[in-house]
Amino acid sequence: MNIHEYQAKAILREFGVPVPDGHVCYNGASAREWAKRLGEGPWVVKAQIHAGGRGKGGGVKLARSADEVRDTAREMLGMTLRTHQTGPEGKVVTRVLVENGCNIARELYVSLVVDRGSSKVTLMASTEGGMDIEEVAAQTPEKIFTATVDPLVGLTPFQCRQVAFSLGLSGKLVGKGVSVLQGLYKTFIACDCSLLEINPLVVTAEENLLALDAKFGFDDNAVFRHPKLSDMRDYDEEDPNEVEASQHDLSYISLAGNIGCLVNGAGLAMATMDIIKHYGGDPANFLDVGGGATIERVTEAFKIILSDKNVKGILVNIFGGIMKCDIIATGVVEAAKQVSLNVPLVVRLEGTNVARGKEILAESGLDIVAADGMADAAQKIVRAVKGANL
Amino acid sequence: MSILIHKETRVITQGITGATGLFHAQGAREYGTQMVGGVTPGKGGTVIDGFPVYDTVREAVTRTGATASVIYVPPPFAADSIMEAVDAGLELVCCITEGIPVLDMVKVKQYMKGKKTRLIGPNCPGVITPGACKIGIMPGYIHKPGKVGVVSRSGTLTYEAVWQLTCLGLGQSTCVGIGGDPVNGTNHLDVLRLFEADPDTEAVIMIGEIGGSSEEEGAYFVKEHMTKPVAAYIAGVTAPAGKRMGHAGAIISGGRGTATEKVAVLRECGISVAASPAEMAQALLKVYKP
Repeated sequence: MNIHEYQAKAILREFGVPVPDGHVCYNGASAREWAKRLGEGPWVVKAQIHAGGRGKGGGVKLARSADEVRDTAREMLGMTLRTHQTGPEGKVVTRVLVENGCNIARELYVSLVVDRGSSKVTLMASTEGGMDIEEVAAQTPEKIFTATVDPLVGLTPFQCRQVAFSLGLSGKLVGKGVSVLQGLYKTFIACDCSLLEINPLVVTAEENLLALDAKFGFDDNAVFRHPKLSDMRDYDEEDPNEVEASQHDLSYISLAGNIGCLVNGAGLAMATMDIIKHYGGDPANFLDVGGGATIERVTEAFKIILSDKNVKGILVNIFGGIMKCDIIATGVVEAAKQVSLNVPLVVRLEGTNVARGKEILAESGLDIVAADGMADAAQKIVRAVKGANL
Repeated sequence: MSILIHKETRVITQGITGATGLFHAQGAREYGTQMVGGVTPGKGGTVIDGFPVYDTVREAVTRTGATASVIYVPPPFAADSIMEAVDAGLELVCCITEGIPVLDMVKVKQYMKGKKTRLIGPNCPGVITPGACKIGIMPGYIHKPGKVGVVSRSGTLTYEAVWQLTCLGLGQSTCVGIGGDPVNGTNHLDVLRLFEADPDTEAVIMIGEIGGSSEEEGAYFVKEHMTKPVAAYIAGVTAPAGKRMGHAGAIISGGRGTATEKVAVLRECGISVAASPAEMAQALLKVYKP
């Protein structure tokens, strides 16, 4: 789950991490009003979408008067912002963050992640704020400083000092740095983050630290214990099919191809996409129906797949272990009838009661192509879809 | 022989009075596993379908002589259940539960340091030594006793590999599902090391997917230390970056952990990598003559 920058900053403020004063606005008049309330300017108007690279796309602008804040907000609201992370279709801006500008002396980078190698939370910091950390890691790895956190002790003050000194902070900025880093760690743990990135963390001319941008990634597995965070979810920022799927406990990711996939198990679902590609086709989605592929869930899955207008054929790939193939076959037939399927459907069943499952498909009177094995299934659906395109 | 589990393994089920726990405990018993009881706090002293139920893992271990446990406890409580099993001194704990918060697992890993327990999972199908012992949710009948070891992050993809092997008449020594979470108990490298040391495993299929670097670490071990032939398949060549593909751990982050990158390392290390998931058994036969 992702959240907007203004929401991220509100969370940081709660944990004592300094951020610029600002407010989210939905129209030009309120942007002007808030600018006047926040201070004397200049202000920064920032488009709120769930994607990075907003500055280059025209989504971050400086304004020197309250009227300019209003005009800039009006320009941004309703515009389609395209960045390297939004894809060519872009994202429509529905809200902007108006905040006080600041005098930047230096830009730093700080992030916290769960490091899979050490199975611990790792703090990463760099003197190269404002840059992509992957780029820094590739080109100047000596400019990145890390600290691994013992989960039973937490991020210690000495670790924070080490990082602060490595970043070149001195004088009273060291103490401020320690306080910011501890605040970030507290936030990370309290919110069950998978990623918390402050880029840039700025040193101001007045010798203060400010988190100028903030990116949160939350652990989906832990959302159940953070009802307040779930309320921050902005469905407009997500693929409507993915939202719909998540409400039915289906794991679905939409892709650019034209062959819909319905599979049980995440690994097999990925492998199914891969084998379609291997035989020259293009998968339209990742979809894991999970272990209990009931008629209802298979039907929902079909509906979601078919709501993607690019889909020209569907491949069902089920390895029935505990689930019996005859039950799955009945589910597929029922679902196909309910959604009045009008694209080629190839079904590959393997596992318990597979013979009976295939009989059910054959007896259904529906135009279902049965396949033996994954390779056969992939070749059949690729051929069927190419045939339809001719 | 086999790795991790065998005929003498005595297993308790944590969460045995839940529908899932009981269903799979029954399935494992039918397969011939010594399922000696279960744990559900507050239901100690009762018997469910012939399984004695205990309040705590310690009590269950004392009374039944269990050496392993399998966990079907819901995600909010599963990390605590793992630590309870570790505290009771079990040799092996398989956590089937999917959806445990990552930071809970970070604590569990730290708690387990210096303890003798091996954790398999979470978010995994379990472990099976065909014909001898089944701990977990995999369909027993697709397996066949034999000499090929299988290790995988994915459940159904493991079944796919096992089925391909069985159809070619190749049995399995032990099949280990290490699970799809980013922080787990056992990785590819750990299992490869066990297979290398097991006299009855002749060859290994290792199945991986996008995210993390467990496959690469395993591959370097194969290159440096393994005498047995290894084939592999990596899922997710077509997976987009930054999206969690079902498994919590299956995500390409910061451009790292792509399938292409993993396949290249595996090939470099002398592993026979299957070009498609339908060819996992064939890929093994290219380097292994049974």
